[in-house]
Parts: sequence; structure tokens; C-alpha cells
Amino acid sequence: MAKMTMVEALNLALRQEMEKDDSIVLLGQDIGRDGGVFRVTDQLIDKFGSNRVIDTPLAEAAIVGMSVGMAIYGLKPVCEIQFSGFSYQNFHQLENHASRMRWRTQGRLTVPMVMRTPYGGGVRALEHHSESREVYWAHTPGLKMVIPSGPRNARALLVSAIRDPDPVIFYEAKALYRAFREEVPEAEESLPIGQANIARAGDDLTIISYGAMLRPTLEAAEELQKKDGVEAEVIDLLTLSPLDESLMVASVKKTGRAVVVHEAPRSYGPGAEIVTRLMEGAFYYLEAPIERVTGFDIIIPYFSREKSYIPSAKRIAAAARRTLSN
Amino acid sequence: MGRKRLALTNDIDYLSILDENGTLDAELEPDISHEGHLRMFRAVLLGRRFDERMLNLQRQGRIGTFPPIKGQEASQIGAVALLRDSDWLAPSFRETAAEIMRGRTMEGLLLYFNGYNEGTIIPKNQRDLPLSVPVASQVLHAVGLAMAAKYRQTDEVVMTFFGDGATSEGDFHEGLNCAAVYQSPVVFVCQNNQWAISLPLSKQTHSETLAQKALAYGMPGIQVDGNDILAVYLATREAVDRARNGGGPTFIECVTYRIMMHTTADDPKKYRSEEDVELWKKKDPLPRYQNYLLKKNVLTESALTALEEEIQLDIQAAIDRAELQMKELGDPLDMFDHLYAELPPHLQAQKAELARELENSDGEEEHHG
Repeated sequence: MAKMTMVEALNLALRQEMEKDDSIVLLGQDIGRDGGVFRVTDQLIDKFGSNRVIDTPLAEAAIVGMSVGMAIYGLKPVCEIQFSGFSYQNFHQLENHASRMRWRTQGRLTVPMVMRTPYGGGVRALEHHSESREVYWAHTPGLKMVIPSGPRNARALLVSAIRDPDPVIFYEAKALYRAFREEVPEAEESLPIGQANIARAGDDLTIISYGAMLRPTLEAAEELQKKDGVEAEVIDLLTLSPLDESLMVASVKKTGRAVVVHEAPRSYGPGAEIVTRLMEGAFYYLEAPIERVTGFDIIIPYFSREKSYIPSAKRIAAAARRTLSN
Repeated sequence: MGRKRLALTNDIDYLSILDENGTLDAELEPDISHEGHLRMFRAVLLGRRFDERMLNLQRQGRIGTFPPIKGQEASQIGAVALLRDSDWLAPSFRETAAEIMRGRTMEGLLLYFNGYNEGTIIPKNQRDLPLSVPVASQVLHAVGLAMAAKYRQTDEVVMTFFGDGATSEGDFHEGLNCAAVYQSPVVFVCQNNQWAISLPLSKQTHSETLAQKALAYGMPGIQVDGNDILAVYLATREAVDRARNGGGPTFIECVTYRIMMHTTADDPKKYRSEEDVELWKKKDPLPRYQNYLLKKNVLTESALTALEEEIQLDIQAAIDRAELQMKELGDPLDMFDHLYAELPPHLQAQKAELARELENSDGEEEHHG
């Protein structure tokens, strides 16, 4: 097994799937010779040619709209939107078409496409490059919304997203792209979409997170163990839609306490849905109000202030202590 | 150094072969077999009669809102007539004549316009997309289909329809640009009916023509008399041949007119004069084509009478079938089907929730359209 960054692991997933299935084509801005601005598609053009690794004009709606057409035809396009902050220019193609084509045609035409895009803050980027707006996609019926938290599950989930018969929005935390390395097996590996993972087992409280927020969450859990002797169970959602409700509910039934962590703004954020599902499924098991640790309901600030915006391990641990004190 | 006029490679032609007075430019007259003409004429006439009948049905409350096509039959049929079954069509929402010629059933359209999801099912042998309501969005699907067809090394061609209003949308410009960059086999057919609901063409664009927009993207563009089926046919034949032979996309502007309202929910008296409409009624593509065929002896008066009767019977049979289906369809629980290949757990739960609600309200009418 090789130790890989998330960028390398994603590249491996694309390469291996493309080797197996010639209906997979990639399209996006600067993904060819340049290998993508984060290098996720590095050197794939050399291996598969410009017919399969397609540099597009600077037009997000076109990238997604053309992917819809290709997918209807029978190809499996995996498109890259350079930053999720620019994906609002293609939102209508996903909302009006990708998400609806199977339903509108009663299964006759389908859109097995993936839209990959980097999201989130923490890399001192320019404005419009740090947003965390996963809820737009998770809110849209007909789409699936996946957010891996590290190299190994990123690779395994991208494989599943490509093979999925429905459109999948695949968010890649840019803060994780090169943050750390993980053992990633060369042999094929996939993870089912819609299945969360218990990243750390514990009995005292449940902390639910995903994507880039998993690391500070795990850090907080370690601190709680060391300083408070508390064993937190950490759930890594991996998929936001469909949500793995049963795993979350089972955990909270066991612990009686929950904290939800995300980088996205709080109001109407993913936490609102997660907390409601817990309330519906585990209300009589709750010992304390559920806490949310999230981005604030403001535009994510320019990077000199972004550290204060993004949930930290300290903020997560403090919220955990509040639920434990009840 | 200095300032000079750039010599660009493309110019815009205007094409008219059979004018509103029945005058024919015999040199340009396309060679179409009797059979080919009869097939097109039937589609034009059926498009017109079905549209008229739909308006009656809508006024009687037997279908919902729909966008009439009257006056645009030639610019639809003259274009789709050139497509093969293996080609693709990505229509907008005002192309029922074209859709029917491609194989869409009239009962399917009636189901759609009466609020049944089953009305968007495309027949299995038909390589078309369901009509697209968000303006211009289908233009990009056409480009994607064409890129895929080229990737698979087929000689398939993709045609897409859209209106004059669509040329203000970003998707239109992105689509033309990408098709030209990739030299995709697409035929862009603009139904310039001069009205986008209440907005006249003069307020939609400051361009002298819509066709000239093709120049900016480096593709051939042509403006045709859209009520002249021969001109539409000839321009489309050139475009389809070009696309099929690897010559890339073409933009065709069919100048026509929306004789009727935008949809049956719209009242055009509020924003346009009847005089303009009357002027365009004189340019009606149906009698123009009909007289041409009668003069050519492709059609006789008796054959025309027989065809009218046959079409009315076909339409009535489709209405009967649609109304019969409507009685059987409409189980509210079906709305959950086909959103995903497999219904995820939360939707299974929501479907069960509705099923319980329906059971408890058994016999009440509120859940049925």
C-alpha cells in the first residue's frame, strides 16, 4: 500500500475506473495539460487523450449541461468545477435537469454523472474560494451528495460515485487535499454511498461531522478523553444525501447526547436536518439539548479572519462539555 | 499598423424559396420526393389541427395550460424532416408538431399538458429528450449528446430547438461556443417567432439578425423565411449534411411568428396590436405549402379532404386513449418512483407516510388531480 494525499487518491480512482470503462470521460477547466488547479487529474490526459480528458471553455453551466447530455447518451461524465464558489452558475442544470431526468422520463433517460468540486476554507484562498454550501445540493431531490474526509475514503467513494446510476455531487475539502497521507490500497476499493462511518467509538456522547471538520472533531474527542475522561463517539457522515439516519440514531440512543459539527452556516444548515432526524428517532433517549458547532450565518470572511470562523477543536470540545454538563 | 476592415470568413445569407404569394424560386427549389412531401405535409397539417384541438380541450377544461404552435409548423417540420431515427432532438416547449413527427404520441402530449408525469415518457425507439421548460437549458444537452456521438465515432446528428428569447440566455451562448470549439455535430434551430411572452424581438436584442450571433462563435449561420418550408428544409439539409460529415455545427434562424398567445394563460392583446398578427396570418405556412403541393400535383383536393378526415380521426382516437389512461393513472404514490434508481430509506418512509394518509382519507377527492 502506498501512502497518498487525497489528491493522489482521487487521481488513482479516476485512473483505475477509466481504465476499466471507456464510457467515463472527464471534463472541466484546466483539467487536461494542467491536470486541474489542484492536480487531481494530473497526467490523465497523457494516458487517456484529449477525447476523454476534455479541457472546456470557461463556462460552468456548459460543463454541467454538456455532462447531462453526455450522460443521457450513455457516457459517464465526471466533471470538475474548479471551485464550488463558481458552481452556482451551473446550479440550474443540476436542479432542472440532472436531478429530474430519470423521474421526468420514468426511468427511460438517466444521468449517471458526477460533479466534483473543491469546497470549504482553511487554505488562505481568495474570496469566492472558501464556501461550504453542501446544503444546496443535499436539499435538491434527485441528487446524491457525498463528502469524503480523507484520502482512503475519498478514493473509495469516488469509485462508487462514478458507478452510481444517479447524479452525484462530490465535494472535496480543499483543506484536506494535501493535509496528510494515508495508506491507500492499489487494489480496487469502494464504499457504499449513503453509509456513514464510526470514526471513533465511544459511549458518553456522539459527535457527528463530515469532510474537513472530521479532523478537529477527532482532535476534540482526544482532548475530551485526556482532560475529562470522556469517550466520545465520532460519526463521519461521508454522505449528506441520502443521510445515514439509522447509524446516527443508534449512536445517540446509546449515548443520549449529541453535537453536530459543520463548516457551513448554521441556519438551515446540514445540522438543522441532522438534529431533526435525531429528535424524530431518539427523542426519548436524549439527556441534553443537542449542540451545533458551525460556521456563523455570515459570508465566510477573507482569510485573515477565517480561523475564527471555521469550527475549531476547542469550540467543539466546549460544546461537548456543555451537553455533558446537562 | 493602422485601421482596416477585417475580412471575416463567414457572412450571413437570407434564404426564401416559396414566398407568401406562392412565387417559387425554381433554381433553389429542393428536390424532395412526392412521398417526402406528403410525409412533411401530413406533419404540418397534423401539427396545426392538433394544436387547434388542444386549444378547444384547454378551453373546455380537459387539459391544462399549453403553448400553442400555430404559425410555426413549417419551421419545425422543415427542420426535423431531415433527421434520421438514429439522430437526436432536444426540443424546447413549443414544438409539438416536430415532436409528433419524431414519434412522440399525441396522447403522451395530452397527458403531459394535463399534469401526468407519464406524459414525459419518450417512446423507446425515439432518441429525443423530453421538452425543456427552462429556456435555452436544452441547448447544452444537445452539445453534450453531440460530443458523446462524436466520441463514439457515429455519424449521428443532434438538433435543438429554441426561441428568440433563448438567445439572451447564457446557456445559448455557452452552447454555441462549446459546439464550435469541439466542432460538435449540432444543428441549432432558432424559432424566431418574434415574441418572448410580451417582449418583442426589438427589445430582446439590438442585433440586426439572430443568425449573425453564429459569426461570433465561428460557425455558419443562416436566416431563413421560417414560414417557407422549402427554405427551412434546404438550410437544414445543408446543416445536417455538414454536421454528419464532420463539418461541425450550424445556426439556423427561422423567421416566423407566434400567431397565438404565449400559453393559454396569456392574453397578448395586452401588449401587441392585432394588425401585426393579421399581417403575419397572410404569411401562414400551411396554405402556402398546400397550394404549392396542389400546383405540383403532389396533392389533390380529394386527397386533401381525405387527409383532413384521417387526421381528425387520429386526433380523436388519441384524445380517447389519453382520457382513458387518465382514469387509470394518477396513483399519488407513483410520484416517488424513478427519482432515484433505488428509493433511499428516507423516501421509503415518506412514501409510506403518504400511503397511510391516503388510506385514512379513502374516498376523498383531494388527492386526485
